[in-house]
Amino acid sequence: MQNQNTTMQTQQPQPVASAAQRSGPTLLPAVDIFEDAAGITLLADLPGVAREDLAIGVDGRNLTIEGPVRLGEATSLSSVYAEVRANHFRRSFELSSDLDTAKIDAGLRDGVLTLRIPKAEQAKPRRIDVRVE
Amino acid sequence: MYPSMLRTAGDWFADFEQLQDRIDELLSGRSMTSSIRAVGRAGAFPALNVGTSAEALEVYAFAPGIDPKSIDVSVEKGVLAISGERAAANGAAQGTKSDEPNVYASERFVGKFRRVIALPEDAEPARVEATYRNGVLKIVVPKRESSKPRQIQIASGS
Repeated sequence: MQNQNTTMQTQQPQPVASAAQRSGPTLLPAVDIFEDAAGITLLADLPGVAREDLAIGVDGRNLTIEGPVRLGEATSLSSVYAEVRANHFRRSFELSSDLDTAKIDAGLRDGVLTLRIPKAEQAKPRRIDVRVE
Repeated sequence: MYPSMLRTAGDWFADFEQLQDRIDELLSGRSMTSSIRAVGRAGAFPALNVGTSAEALEVYAFAPGIDPKSIDVSVEKGVLAISGERAAANGAAQGTKSDEPNVYASERFVGKFRRVIALPEDAEPARVEATYRNGVLKIVVPKRESSKPRQIQIASGS
């Protein structure tokens, strides 16, 4: 059985120091989030964000993913059509207490971030044997 | 669909800004006369940005998580087409019946996609170059020599 109580909900981004320093709109990356018995996996689309620019921060129970979009376009380029109108991705999540934030594993490949957040040992589902007296 | 990339996070004014954009979009460009093959399908995958310089037209397709070999870029009769397919996330597809993961969010695009852009008259489709980096496909379409701005020497009559 899986632990149905584990939640990892998206929340309204809160003012963070780094956000206050930035002006202008930010992009909200599309995410997939799923949970199995051992933990939560989060996939986020971050096209144009380089590995060295990506910042994943854990502050208490808050997880924030952010990074700038760098396309390396020519400076003489003038935009004629734009569907992506900001150049910074940011999204925050609130982690529940049964997740082990110290053991988060992250990988970025072709603009897709894969985060693996394992459950704390005591939160993993286990089977309790019933003794027959 | 790729709406979340167009959404601005958080602040309250962003919503108004977006509404303003939407109104602008409805009142200007879309409803007015434009090219029959003009780009303009906000929310489609991959999202496109198009820029132009004196030398070339540059198209940026925001298509993360795709094997570059499986992206098909073609130019036919002045129309640039980008097509391909994005597979479902591994974790979501995996797992036996008894160990199916709980899905909390599934916003990322999955499936086949195709987007087309009508190239301007002065484009040189024979020398199109495409590169894929950090999930962004960049396509450079050079402009014809004859259409590039040039300086005309003034001969001094004597």
